[in-house]
Amino acid sequence: MLRSRWPQFILRALILAGFIFTILSGFLGSQVGSHNFAIIFVWIAWWSALKLFFIPLGGRTWCSICPIPLPGEWLQNKGILRSRGPQTRPGKRWPRLWRNAWLPVFGFVLVGWFGAIILTAPRVTAFVLLGLFLLATMLSLIYERRAFCRHVCPVGGFIGLYARLAPPVISVNEPSLCALHTKKTCYEVCPWEQYPPALKTSANCGLCLECLRACPYNNISLRLRPWGAELPLAAKMGLDDVFLALTMLTTAAIDTVIFLGPWGILKSVAYTIGSPAWWIFAASFLLLTLVIVPAFYTLVVWVAERIRKERFSFKRSLVYYGPILLPIGLTSWMAFTLAFASTKSSYLLPVLSDPLGWGWNLLGLTNHLPTGQTSSFSLALQTLLLAGGAMSATETARKLSRSTRESIPLLAFIATYTWIMLWLLLG
Amino acid sequence: MKHEHLARVIIVTLLALVLALPVIGKFLWHLSYPAVLEMHARLPESGGWSPSTITVRSGQPITLRFTSEDVVHGFAIGKLNQPEIEILPGEFVEATLTFSAPGTYTFYCTRWCGPNHWRMRGVINVIGDGSTPTPEPTPLYLVLGIDLDTPHRAEIMPHRMADPQRGAKLKDRLPAYALEHTTYLSNSPASLWMRLRAEPSLQVLNDDDLWDLVAWVWEQHTSPQAIATGQKLYAQNCAACHGETGQGDGVMMRDLSPPPSDNHITTYNGHTRPPDWSDPRQLLGASPALLAGKVTRGGMGTGMPYWGPIFTPEQIDALVAYLYRFAWNALPEHPLKR
Repeated sequence: MLRSRWPQFILRALILAGFIFTILSGFLGSQVGSHNFAIIFVWIAWWSALKLFFIPLGGRTWCSICPIPLPGEWLQNKGILRSRGPQTRPGKRWPRLWRNAWLPVFGFVLVGWFGAIILTAPRVTAFVLLGLFLLATMLSLIYERRAFCRHVCPVGGFIGLYARLAPPVISVNEPSLCALHTKKTCYEVCPWEQYPPALKTSANCGLCLECLRACPYNNISLRLRPWGAELPLAAKMGLDDVFLALTMLTTAAIDTVIFLGPWGILKSVAYTIGSPAWWIFAASFLLLTLVIVPAFYTLVVWVAERIRKERFSFKRSLVYYGPILLPIGLTSWMAFTLAFASTKSSYLLPVLSDPLGWGWNLLGLTNHLPTGQTSSFSLALQTLLLAGGAMSATETARKLSRSTRESIPLLAFIATYTWIMLWLLLG
Repeated sequence: MKHEHLARVIIVTLLALVLALPVIGKFLWHLSYPAVLEMHARLPESGGWSPSTITVRSGQPITLRFTSEDVVHGFAIGKLNQPEIEILPGEFVEATLTFSAPGTYTFYCTRWCGPNHWRMRGVINVIGDGSTPTPEPTPLYLVLGIDLDTPHRAEIMPHRMADPQRGAKLKDRLPAYALEHTTYLSNSPASLWMRLRAEPSLQVLNDDDLWDLVAWVWEQHTSPQAIATGQKLYAQNCAACHGETGQGDGVMMRDLSPPPSDNHITTYNGHTRPPDWSDPRQLLGASPALLAGKVTRGGMGTGMPYWGPIFTPEQIDALVAYLYRFAWNALPEHPLKR
């Protein structure tokens, strides 16, 4: 069933139609966010589903049905449903300088910086989506394969980071068969530039399943592994990935403060771009994201490294302990999303009934007044998630450390962050 | 190859469908509700009412469908006694209006939606047959040739709170002109006091007695109902700038500095707060005709809106009568020690 391109294609085509409708409704519909399909479906439905289901359960499954690169891939391959073969339209290789996560980090910080307005103004959301769409299409005309997804997309960076923890993985049944196969068909068709027999991490595998379809020996399959199986190794993490993981920790906390915190004034400050108060917010945002949290992590690593007898280079140490950031980051985002979605999900039905905010009443639900409330169940689940993340990170820290003493600074980092998130979400 | 073509057809069809959706939706909507006029409310900085001018035939009902695109607004038509309509962001509310007489009606926002709230106005032109409403008389300030923009501080002021009840005991001594309505309209309390002071027949009364008489005269030209009406209008429409206690410190003005001199004079450097009416000299030097003129015409360049198209003459009279309360009540109960 996975070998047929049809189910995936139909899903993608429908999502592409929904995506285009989202852009349209952002531009044409009511500019009152709570009554516009673009705001409610992108930032409440999709963004929540991504963080609560797609990433933790399926890693990069969203990437496999994402509509944004579809037109670009169509142009690149001169077809939608045909096998990709060796690149039919020769593209340039992505520049070496940007073969890392720094562009996604930059994109994600930018989105977080202007988050208050992007998440509430339909027109701004539409501009962002259209911008990503055009950029992805343009880049696929210049560069080979899914260059945008792999090296630029801010959401892709986010997903890839935590896809390391998720169960689905592409694996080879009989490695010796691949060693004998000289043509490397799977590598040639891979839009993500991965070579399945050598795949050590799920971070950059888009789960598009093209390798599975291209393998002449039917030697590749999609498997499920235990959650976090890749963690202690976190193979192929770079300094950029570690920085991205730190950015995720900070933005999860900042978003919790802005969107769920009791400080309403902060939300309005984040919204009034350009005002003196906003500059203070912007400066503190950058300071926290780019300096304070990375500095705290650096300090923790420095202490841990002092205790460890065998010394790496400091850069390698920074990367070595990086995996502890993954579980707490993912569960914090999940807990935040759970809190956010449980109060806002009541907007979904009314906006389906009147997607453009033009006063339609397609389902007879337009006047269902949203009632946002946090249930104790959701609070318990958030606590459970944060605790689970902390436990998993602790386990990872223990495995990475040679002695208990070495793990103490790492545990302090995990405990401090978890405590802050607990306080922000439940306190 | 067949599959590839089918896939392309599916994509193109889906996209065409999605692009057509808003257009088809709008078309179907208009078919089912042909006679409804959609009225969008936005902050004046983002465009105010849209449309801001409506033309309608007298006697023909018109259904307006309101929605707000930013904050809560309100809709009301000046000089008509109709309940205001609350317009919530993203929600729709309908109202059907019928105008019996041709003329020009001003509609306005009734919520303090933002600093330019009062600019949020529009016009309904009612055309067709029907008795045209009798034109309103020329405002008195124009008849009397009062310059609304010159300072009008009272030169003299009571030393203690003037008491109309004490004044009532002396009312028989008043000259006949002092009881006429035109005298009240065209004199400020201070100028009436000066005229009375100059009367030889009143030489026996002291200054405070005369102020009691003036306060009594002022009370004769209003009623508790009018004061109540004035108070309500003030709270709804004026307090945003002039402040609930008339001190010129309303919510819309708090960031501005107090007026530089004794009057609310325009400077090209920007607006200042309205004058502080807890200083009795401000209002005791103003005649009802002058105050009514300011309300009707608005303050040139001061940011004070014109209420002529919105308040009826009776409402303006009630408002003016209420305003004097700020001055009378600001006087000390016991004489000032000097």
